[in-house]
Formats: sequence, structure tokens, C-alpha cells
Amino acid sequence: MSGLPGLYNDFVAIFLMMAGFYVVIAQGNLVKKLVGLGLFQTSVFIFYISMGKVAGGHAPILAEGITVYSNPLPHVLILTAIVVGVATTAVGLALVVRINEAYGSVEEEDIQAKDRDAERREAVADPTTDRGADT
Amino acid sequence: MTLWEQLPVLVVVVPLLAAPLCVLVDRPLAAWRVALGAALLSFACAIGLLVQVPDAGAISYHLGGWEPPWGIEYRVDRLGALVLLIVSSMASLVMLYARRSVEDEIPVDRTARFYAAFLLAFAGLLGIVATGDAFNVFVFLEISSLSSYALISMGRDRRALNASFQYLVMGTIGATFILIGIGFLYMMTGTLNMQDLAARLPAVADTHTVRAGFAFLTVGIGLKLALFPLHLWLPNAYAYAPSIVSAFLAATATKVALYVMLRFMLGLFGADFALRDMPLDKILLVLGLLGILSASLVAIYQGDVKRMFAFSSVAQIGYMVLGIGVATTAGVTAAVLHLFNHALMKGALFLALGAVAYRLGTVTLRDFAGLGWRMPWTMAAILLGGLSLIGVPPTVGFLSKWYLVLAVIERGWWPVALVVLVGSLLALVYVWKLVEVAYFQRPAAGALVPREAPLSMLVPIWLLVSANIYFGLATSLSVGSAQEVASMLIGGGG
Repeated sequence: MSGLPGLYNDFVAIFLMMAGFYVVIAQGNLVKKLVGLGLFQTSVFIFYISMGKVAGGHAPILAEGITVYSNPLPHVLILTAIVVGVATTAVGLALVVRINEAYGSVEEEDIQAKDRDAERREAVADPTTDRGADT
Repeated sequence: MTLWEQLPVLVVVVPLLAAPLCVLVDRPLAAWRVALGAALLSFACAIGLLVQVPDAGAISYHLGGWEPPWGIEYRVDRLGALVLLIVSSMASLVMLYARRSVEDEIPVDRTARFYAAFLLAFAGLLGIVATGDAFNVFVFLEISSLSSYALISMGRDRRALNASFQYLVMGTIGATFILIGIGFLYMMTGTLNMQDLAARLPAVADTHTVRAGFAFLTVGIGLKLALFPLHLWLPNAYAYAPSIVSAFLAATATKVALYVMLRFMLGLFGADFALRDMPLDKILLVLGLLGILSASLVAIYQGDVKRMFAFSSVAQIGYMVLGIGVATTAGVTAAVLHLFNHALMKGALFLALGAVAYRLGTVTLRDFAGLGWRMPWTMAAILLGGLSLIGVPPTVGFLSKWYLVLAVIERGWWPVALVVLVGSLLALVYVWKLVEVAYFQRPAAGALVPREAPLSMLVPIWLLVSANIYFGLATSLSVGSAQEVASMLIGGGG
């Protein structure tokens, strides 16, 4: 496992990771950010799964005449990490839905502009009359 | 096996199982009772563990009876027991306090699920501390983080949603970095058990793989810790979260992240590798100092008091990592001590702010006008918490600053000691701003006249405030444990 061909999976993982990371940073759309985040996480899954492969190794099932097995542990770990990733995406999307309900937009710029507007209005308003719900 | 031997796992499992129970009962009052009960039970387990843990060793618990390093091991040593105690005691106090505050801030139909999410976050934090398995740390980290995102998004202000989303993005990147780091370590050693890793790492330490793993772990944990340039998620998340969530997270989440940093960097890689071969001490020193100065300066200009104390939290994290950056036993002692003490201060402050929010609805600076006379007990608690933050004797804040300055001077770094003192002065400025408004300004004409906070809120606040003073005078638990832990972490590696 040396040289460029052996590292093929690693390069794929690095490429996906950087692509995902770039999308998270560069995109202003919250849904696209989550897509990037998913890509970023998935690249790590590929990295882990490749790690467990032993050259010439078989699936870890006891059988006649097979002595070299791939390591199943990273695969099991990644099953857990996939669940975590799904949960993260679910929570993220739920947040995006609620942001959309509250702001009417999923574009970061729009949201920040609306927050700035609200803050400006708050500052201008009379400090004695804008107080909340308490009695 | 007796129940006594099951404590390391019970402390985590109780809140984890109580969380679905909260959803099942689905009535606000009943869910609160379940959550309070679970928090108190966990607290009792943590006390049991602290009594049980031997002076120099650790309690090892084999999950499902599988021997480590094959099975997952739970491992609680002095430091772990101390952090478990902090987390579970804060959760118990916050839960005692929570009922009125949650009634006020969370819609009734979501209350039960709110408590469930709280318990999950709590269980996750405890799990991170209790486990002795590197991958388990990642899983528990995500359990606590995911439920924290949900908790923060329940804030009344719609900005809470955006703050929660930002935290989700940064938190996930941080957790993924930690995952990559653990992957690199597994690649080189073939084990995930922390004891085993610590034993096998020195042999392969001089490889790019291990160094890359170290770098990924440092950045990942730094994100979770809100280490200075990676802190951007923290101020908004704390400012817009519901009151009890701010109090709980401010008092525990970053502390647990610091615990993870100590455990991985010093316990696993060893002080020799982390602080001598790798420049972690210099990085932490510089970032700590920058964090103290910049976050304290920003805190002074905040109009929202919760945001102000959130920035102050970033500065306080600066003090803790500065302690590690000093890279001596005395320095790590100061870091661990401040971990303990800062939980007490920020817990008290954010709970008191919650009481103000309960009466006034908001916590902007101008709302505090005349509050010193309207809500004397709450304001007095904020004042004492603030004094502790500045580091006035006999509070705990003084104690940790004292040890930190001593450790810095021991290395002969006078300019660093000076920065620590300047940081205290900056804290004095922002606390004074609040005190001035609260005690020396008249409320605007026609403003609401709030009553004192209800007793169910005042009791937990004042328990914490008195802990701030008690542990400032009776130092055997905090300083004693911190010194033991520090000599174990620094001495064990060298």
C-alpha cells in the first residue's frame, strides 16, 4: 500500500472534505451550507472505511482457507458516525425550517439585514415604552 | 456487583433514560419532576464517585463485562470525578430553579420535550467525562451538542434560531475534526481505549500521522472550547438561548471541553509531546492572552447584559488555556482550579440574569436602572458574582487568579502576569457599568416596577453565590484536587 494508487481513497477523501468545507464557508444559503456540511462529514466516513481495508484481506467472516481479514472496527465506528451525521442534518434542516418561518428567508445576508434592521429600530424606539410582556 | 460499583455508568445512564421518560409523561410539571429527580440522582452518584475514587488511581468500569481494550471502559479519576461533580451539581441547581423560568419562556406544548433535550445534553456532558474510550468521547460530544442546538433554538428571540444554526455548523466542524484526529490515532495504534492509546503513542509519536492527528484534535477541541479565534458561535448562542440553558451551558459545556483538552493533550499524548515537541503551550499562551484582552474589551461595549457575560466567558476560557500554556504543574493547577471556579461564577451570574429576565422580559443594560433597589437580592447576587469574576478576595475568582499569577511569575513571565491583571481591570470596568446602572441610576419614568424574584429562583442563585465565597475560603476540595490532578497530568507524562 504505497505510492499514489494506494493513496487513491485518501485523495478522494481530502478532495471531498475541502469541497464540503468550501461550500460551508462560501455559500450564503443555509440549505446549501448543510449540503456542504454533509459532504464534509461523508469524506471522513470514506477516510475511516478505507483505513480498515487490509491489502488482500477478506470480509471478516470465518471461513476455510482465509487467513487475512480486513478490520471491521472502523466500519462499525462509521455506522455510529453516520447516525450522528443524519441526526445533525435533521436538526440543521429543522432549524432552517424554523428560520424560514421566522425570517421568511434562508439566505444568510437577508437574515443578517433583518436582524440589523430590528436592532436599529430597537435602539431608536423610546427606551421606556418598548418593554416586554411582564406585568 | 453491587450498586456502589455501578456508579460510573449510572451517573450517565440515569439522565439518558430519564429523557425519553420526560417525553412520555408529556406534562410540564411531571416532566420537570422527572428531570429534577434525574439530575439529583446523578449528583448523588457523582458524590459517591468522588468519595470512592482513590487518590492517585482511577475507577475502571467495564461496560457489559468486556475487558478493555476490547470493550468500552468507563474511567473516572480525580479530575473526572471533580468535573462530574461540577456538571451534575450545576444541573441539579439549574433544575431546582427551572420551573418558573421555563413556564415563562417555553411554550407549554414544548416544555416536556425541552426538559428531555436538557437531560440529553446533561447526559452527553457526563458521558464525555466518564468514558475512557476515544470514540465514545465523539459520540457523547455529539449527543450533548445536538441537544444543545435544540435547546438554544428555543429562545424567545428569533435570533436564537440563527445563533443555534451558526453553532450547529461550527460545532459539527469541530466534532468532525475531532473524529479525524481520533481516526489518525487509531490508524497508528489500532486502539481506541485511552489508557492503551497513551501507552502506545510514544512509540509512534514521531510520525506525521500522529502530528496531524494532534493538530486536528487541537482545532476540533478548540472549536468546542470556544478558544479565542474559534469563539464566534458562543456569544450569540449564550445571549439568545433560554435563561436556564445559558446558565447550564455557560457553567458546564466549555468546562467539559477544557476537560477533553486536558485529557487528550496531556493525558493521552503526554505533556512531553504536547507541550515540548509540539508548540501547544505557545499557541495556548498567545491565544489565551489575546482572548482575555479582546473578549474583555468587547464585553465592555455590549448593551445586552447576557451578551456581555457571554463575551466575559470567552475571556475566562482565555485564563484557563493560559494556565495550560504555562506548562508547569502550577499552571495546570490554576487551569483546573479556574475550571471549577468559573462554573460557580458564571452559573450564579446567568441564573441571576434569568431571574431578571423573568421579571422584566429582557436584560438590556438600560433595564437595570434602579434594579439594585427593586430586586435587591438578585442584584446583590449579580454584584457578588461580578466581584468573583473580577477576582476580589475572598471569592473563588481571587483564588484562581492568584494561582494563575503565581504560576506565571514562577516562570518569570512578568508581562503575562501584567496582562492577567489588565484583564481583571477590564472585568472591573464591565461589572462596574452594570453596578452603576443598577444602583446609581433612577429607572426611567413610567418603567415597570419589578418585584423581587420568586424564592424558587433565589434559593439556587444564593446557593451558588455562597459556594463562590465558601470555596474561596475552604480550598481543600478545589485546590487540593487541582494540585493532585495537575501533578498527575504533568508529572505522569514527564
